[in-house]
Amino acid sequence: MKTISFNLCLLFLICACQSSDKKMVQNSTLINQNFSKGKEIYNDFCMQCHMPKGEGVPKAFPPLAKSDYLKNNRLESIKAIKYGLSGTIIVNGEKYNSAMAAQGLSNEEITNVMNYITNSWGNKNTSLITEEEVSQVER
Amino acid sequence: MRTQKTTYCLLFLITFFACAQDKNPVNIKNSHEVVVSGLTNPWGFVFLPDNSILITEKAGKLIHFKNKTKKEIKGLPEIYVRGQGGLLDINIHPNYQNNGWIYFSYASPKGEEAGGNTAIMRAKIENDSLVEKELLYKAGPNTTKGQHFGSRIVFDKEGYLFFTIGERGNREENPQDITRDCGKVYRLNADGTMPTDNPFVNSKGAKQAIWSYGHRNPQGMELHPDTKDIWIHEHGPKGGDEINIIKKGKNYGWPIITYGRNYSGSSITNETKKEGMEQPLHYWDPSIAPSGMAFISSDNYGDWKGSLLVGSLKFSYLDRCELKNGKVVKEERLLDGIGRVRSIEQGPDGFIYVGVENLGIVKLIRN
Repeated sequence: MKTISFNLCLLFLICACQSSDKKMVQNSTLINQNFSKGKEIYNDFCMQCHMPKGEGVPKAFPPLAKSDYLKNNRLESIKAIKYGLSGTIIVNGEKYNSAMAAQGLSNEEITNVMNYITNSWGNKNTSLITEEEVSQVER
Repeated sequence: MRTQKTTYCLLFLITFFACAQDKNPVNIKNSHEVVVSGLTNPWGFVFLPDNSILITEKAGKLIHFKNKTKKEIKGLPEIYVRGQGGLLDINIHPNYQNNGWIYFSYASPKGEEAGGNTAIMRAKIENDSLVEKELLYKAGPNTTKGQHFGSRIVFDKEGYLFFTIGERGNREENPQDITRDCGKVYRLNADGTMPTDNPFVNSKGAKQAIWSYGHRNPQGMELHPDTKDIWIHEHGPKGGDEINIIKKGKNYGWPIITYGRNYSGSSITNETKKEGMEQPLHYWDPSIAPSGMAFISSDNYGDWKGSLLVGSLKFSYLDRCELKNGKVVKEERLLDGIGRVRSIEQGPDGFIYVGVENLGIVKLIRN
C-alpha cells in the first residue's frame, strides 16, 4: 500500500513537472529555437578555443561563462565576432592578449550565437539581441 | 602526517593543472629572430630561388617578401573566408626555376551549393599579379561548416602533386567513403591530370584522385628527407592528434578508430585498432593542435639533424620530435610561448623558419 501511494505521489509529481515545463516551453519556443541555432554555430566556430562550457583556456582564450566582459560590453562583443578582435582585454580580472579572427558569420548567425552565449553557462540576458542591431554594428 | 597530506594535495594540484598542458620539457637554449614582421596568420610560405618568400595570409592575401619589403600579389580567385577556411597553403613546382608554376590551396565557394570547400590552383606570377590560373581540384559538395579544410601541398620525389583535404566537419559521411571528397590525401600529376596508377582509378564511383583516406584534418605534410616517404600529421579530436606515414590506398581509420574523444569528453568509439586500418606512428594526448611540419636535414643545428618539427597551435610552441628507427622517442618544446605556430619550412640556407600567428615569420636559432 505504502509503495503504491508513494508511486502515485511520484506520478503526480512527474505530471506536475511536465505540465509546468510545457508552459515554459510555450512561453519561450521562439527563444529556444534561436538558442539551438546559436548553439550549433557555437559548436562549429567557437568551441575549439572557448571550450564546450564557455570556460576558455587560461592565459590564452578568455571565458564566456560568467564573463564580465561579455556582460558589460554588448556592442564590443558583437563587433569582435563580426570583425575580429586584437589587443589586450581584461576578463574577470585576467589579461588576455590573443587575437580572434572574424569567422565570416552572417548577421543572423551572429545574432543567434550572441543570444546563445549570453544565455548559457550561468549567463542571463533578457533583452535579446536582434539581427537589426547586429547589422548596424560598424567597425 | 600533516606534511604528507599537504604534499599529496600539492601533488594532486600539480597533476591537475598539468593536465591542461602536455608534459614535454621546455628547452630554453634556443631563440628566434623575426624575419618577416606584421603578419596575422601566415598559413603557408615558400622560398623562391632568389631567396624571396611567398606568404599566404589566411584572410585572403598573397604576399611576396623581397628585399625586406612586402608586396601584395593581386589576382587571387574568390576565397571563402569562414571559420578555418581562407587562403591556405602554398608551394612551388620542383622545377619552378624553369616553369614558374606556383601551387596554392584555398577555401572556394565555387559550385552550386552554399558554402565552400577546398580547392587547389596553380598559376604564375607576372607584374605582381597571378596569371595563367588553372583550377586543378575543387572538392565538393560545398558546406557552410567552418572546420577541416586540410590543405597542405607537397611534391614527391617523382614530381607528383599531393595535397590534403580535411573532412569538413562531416565525419559520419566523408572520411570512410571513397566516393566522397574530404578526409583524404590526394595525388595528381603536376598539371592536374589523373595518374593512371592511383589506387582507386578502377573503383566504381570513387573519387579517382584519392591516395589515402580515413583522415580528419591534416594541416602538416612533408617529404622525409632520407626515405622520401610522405609524412603527415592531423588534428584529432580531444587527445587524438596523429602522425602518419602515407601509403597508397590505405585507410587511416577516422572516425572508426581514434585515440581521441569528443571535445565535450564523451566517447566517439571504443576502438583504437582495427584490421585493415593503419596505426599512427605517434599520437598526442593531450592534443597539441598540430600545424606545419618540417624535418631538419641541414647541419645548422648540430644533433637536432633528423628531428621532425611540428607546430603547436594550442600550446604555442615548436615541438621537436626526436626520431629513432622511425619512432618518436623524445619530444621537447622549442620557442616556448611564442604564439600559435602555423607553418614551418627549412629555408635554402638550412635554417628553420616558423610562421607564427600575430607575429610573423621567425628564424629558429639554437644557442
